This record gives sequence, C-alpha cells and structure tokens, in this order.
Amino acid sequence: MSIIVDLRQAIAEHVKNGMTVAMEGFTHLIPHAAGHEIIRQRIRDLHVIRMTPDVIFDQLIGAGCVRKLTFSWGGNPGVGSLHRFRDAVENSWPRAIEIEEHSHAGMAARYSAGASGLPFGTLRGYRGTDLLDLTENVRFIDCPFTGEKLAAVRAINSDVSIVHAQRADREGNVQIWGIIGVQKEALLSAKVAIATVEEVVDRLVPRPGAVVLPAWVMTAVACVPNGAHPSFAMGYSERDNDFYREWDQISGDRVAFEEWIQRHVIDTPDHGAFMHSIARAPSRGRNGI
Amino acid sequence: MASDATLTADDVMIVNAARALGELARAGRATCFVGIGLPSTAANLARHLYRPAPVLIYESGCIGSKPSRLPLSIGDGELGDTADAVVSVPEIFAYWLQGGRIDVGFLGGAQLDRFGNINSTVIGSYEAPKTRLPGAGGAPEIAAAAGRVIVIMRQTRRAFVERCDFRTSLGFGDGPGDRKKHGLTGGGTRLVITDLGILEPESGTCELVMTQLHPGVSRQQCLENTGWKLRFADGLNETVPANDDELSTLRRVRSGEAL
Repeated sequence: MSIIVDLRQAIAEHVKNGMTVAMEGFTHLIPHAAGHEIIRQRIRDLHVIRMTPDVIFDQLIGAGCVRKLTFSWGGNPGVGSLHRFRDAVENSWPRAIEIEEHSHAGMAARYSAGASGLPFGTLRGYRGTDLLDLTENVRFIDCPFTGEKLAAVRAINSDVSIVHAQRADREGNVQIWGIIGVQKEALLSAKVAIATVEEVVDRLVPRPGAVVLPAWVMTAVACVPNGAHPSFAMGYSERDNDFYREWDQISGDRVAFEEWIQRHVIDTPDHGAFMHSIARAPSRGRNGI
Repeated sequence: MASDATLTADDVMIVNAARALGELARAGRATCFVGIGLPSTAANLARHLYRPAPVLIYESGCIGSKPSRLPLSIGDGELGDTADAVVSVPEIFAYWLQGGRIDVGFLGGAQLDRFGNINSTVIGSYEAPKTRLPGAGGAPEIAAAAGRVIVIMRQTRRAFVERCDFRTSLGFGDGPGDRKKHGLTGGGTRLVITDLGILEPESGTCELVMTQLHPGVSRQQCLENTGWKLRFADGLNETVPANDDELSTLRRVRSGEAL
C-alpha cells in the first residue's frame, strides 16, 4: 500500500490530542501547510517541539492547539517578536502554555540522540547559564576518558515528526536539499514520520548533497505544493519576506489574528485554497529547476 | 571625514564592527559565526571591504556565504545558494562550532552586564516576565566556544546592566577564573561595540571598561547610558571617523547593489 496520502488524512490518522509533535525546517522548508491542517482539525493539548518556533508555531499557539512548547529560539526572523507566543507566555492567552527552552546546540544534540536510539546526547554546553535551572532534561556527566564535565541532554523522541521537503517518488522516498536543518534527525527520532512535498515524481533523480529518507522510514507523504509558504523550498519557491513582515501586524492584535485564522485557515478546505485566499500566486518551478 | 548628515549611530556601530572583523581577518583569524541583524550587516560590510575577507558562517548550516543582498533571516535562500558548503544544523554546531573552527562569534542581545554576560531570554523574572525575548538560539555555545566574541549593542541604561535578569550566554561569569571553572573553551566577550564607543574587558578584573569613544561622544554620555559604575581606560582612544569608502560600501551592501 502506498504511503502517499492526502494531507488531511495524514494528520487525521496520526496526530491526536495530547501528542508530542515535532515540526522542523530551519527557516527553509517549514511545514506550514501541515500546521494549518492541525489548526483546521482543531487538535488540542499538543506538546509541540521546534528549534525555531516562528510564524507557524505562533499560529498554532494563538489557535489554542498547544499545551507545551519545547524550543530554542522563538521569534519572527529578521522582523521581531512572535506576538501570539508572547501573549501566551505573558498573559496566558488563549491559554497558559508550559515552555521548556534550550540552546540550538542542545536541541540538535537531543534530536541526534533520538535518531541514534541513545537515551542522551552530549555537548560542551549550558554551563554557567541560567537555562540549566529551567529543565530536567540537562544533566552533567564526567567523561570516562578525560574526566571533562559535559552536558548530557535527554533524547527527543516525538510521537510524530513533520517536515516539508522538495519531492518524493511514488513509493514515498523523500528527497531534501539546500538548507537541510535538523529534518533528518527529527524524522528518524519519531515514532511516526510525515513529510509534505512540493511534488511527487516517477523517479527521484539523485542530487549531490541531497538527503534521502527512504520510504521505509516514512509513515506518510503528502503532496502539497507551496506547503512551506511563507517559508520556501529551494528550487521551487522564494521566501515570502513580505508575509513575515505582514504577520507582525496580523499577530499583534488578538481580534485581527482570530479573524485571519478563521478566514484563511479554518474556513479554507486545504492549502491550495489557503494560498488563493491570501492572494499568493502558486508560482513554482518544476523538477526543482 | 565623510561629512554625511545621514550617518546614524547604527552606521557608526556597523562600520566599527566591520573594522574589528577586518583586523582579525588580516591576522588570519577570519571564520566568523554571524547572527542576523546588525552582526550580519557588519560582517557583510567587512567581507566587501577587506582582504583577506572573513568567512561568514550562519547557524542554518551555511559555510562561506557570500550574499549579494542582506538576508532577512539566517536561512534565506541566498545564504545557501552562495555558500561554499551547506551542512546540517547538528553538524554546524558539533563539528564547526564545538570543534573549535570558529574564530569570531558576532552576537547581540537585550542586556549585557559588566562581565560581558548576555541576556536574550527575558526581561524581568522568568516566571512573570516583563518582556519575553526570543531566547538562546545559538548564542550560548557561540559565547562558550568561539575564539572570541564581539558584541554589537546600543548602549543604554536599560541594556547595559549591573547584572543580567537572565544569563543566556556567558561572558566572564562572575569575574576572573569563571570561564575556566565552567570549562569553556573560547575566549569570551573581547569587544563590545556600541553607538557610543567601544568597551573591552580589563585584564585582571575582566570588567568591561570604555576604551574608545566615537567622535562627538562625551564620557558623561557613556556614564549616563550605563547601568553599572563604568570606568574608562587610561589612554582612551577616539574612533577614526567613517570614511567615504566605508560609508558608500555600507550603503551598497544595504541596497543590494552589485559590489
């Protein structure tokens, strides 16, 4: 049976209330369409994990889907604050959320450990910082060879990890290139691995430097052109910097935010309709050109 | 001196940060881990002004990026397209930063204290923050492992504080010996470039003291804009004003013109 499915079906089948869900994509290839589908399906009480919770997590938090957030940097890159994230942390709106924060290096080590089947990762980090007092998931160990004190960080093993990628073949082998972030580690550390892709092709042409996740480590793959928007997919789309700037206005006001989410996400049936509703032309290349 | 009425305090900061990076590049210490915003502007200015040019490394995994226009985020396509190599996020932090291959870390922050510690997490208490900031990102390990750290921040009483509300990234901790005690391999905060001048840690005490004032800036101004009892180095220098080449290159870097 093919693992290529509709995004609605992938989210409905695999993402349930209360689960731990990692969504990665380091500025590039952010799985926005999947995030919107979680909002549409009104999935609640999620523990969401993302190194750089930016606009997509601002939307999930503002829409009330999130119980806990684990992260290392939460902002609108190059623009400023995440207003929905801040409103939740500072004023518990629309609900109080628990936060657990780390450094990028710490999060990367946690995902790597998860993907490696190890209980923890190690790094030279956290020492002397106040981050240490805020989490149970960092401890120190003595190196058995040198005696050096190193940070041990608990592995991340999410219930579900979701990424966006450039393309997949009909069997569900997924190909990612450009800024590859921590997507591979996020998928390989999860119980359920989901990818949205720009296109499904008959045959994946090998690309130098590309990461390939074989179909047999994936759970579901959905074809969602522009699924990263306003983030981008190298070879397919450009980052919509204007949208990131506009988000500062939309998210700065609770009413404006709720109207936006209702009109463009909840009231649209899918990502194609969403793109149409925010008046973004679905311009993209083909075959990664 | 370039008699340019549009020269802003940020321009002065950026030009001086680029100069500092250029100097390090000339000395052969030129791999620079760059944060977005002022550090990225300064690093790209230095890349255009100086030979050898510094090597720009972004936490999105881009090594040796040569963007033709300033990126809005650390993961803009331009950074990947123009890089010598693009590696994963776990790799950039493990092999390149922790592995000791970064000479200079370029950081900003919301608060800086007199020992060069940086806060980019919260203003006020953690539980009931006055302002929730983005958080650590790559900064703690950059501050820990880069050969030296250059900080770029506007000097105000709210930002330059006796003690940070939250210690996100370590400079010299509580003073001499603290970096060693914590096992940090890098050199710590060695240079702080502000809109008023430059601060450097005093040898022996590790306390940041004013070593240079920008043209037209008084000692009084510095005292008024610093939250600790600021001291001035003997033989306080005055910044050489930005020249036409620096300013026109900065303008072109900003506008994205071909260079």
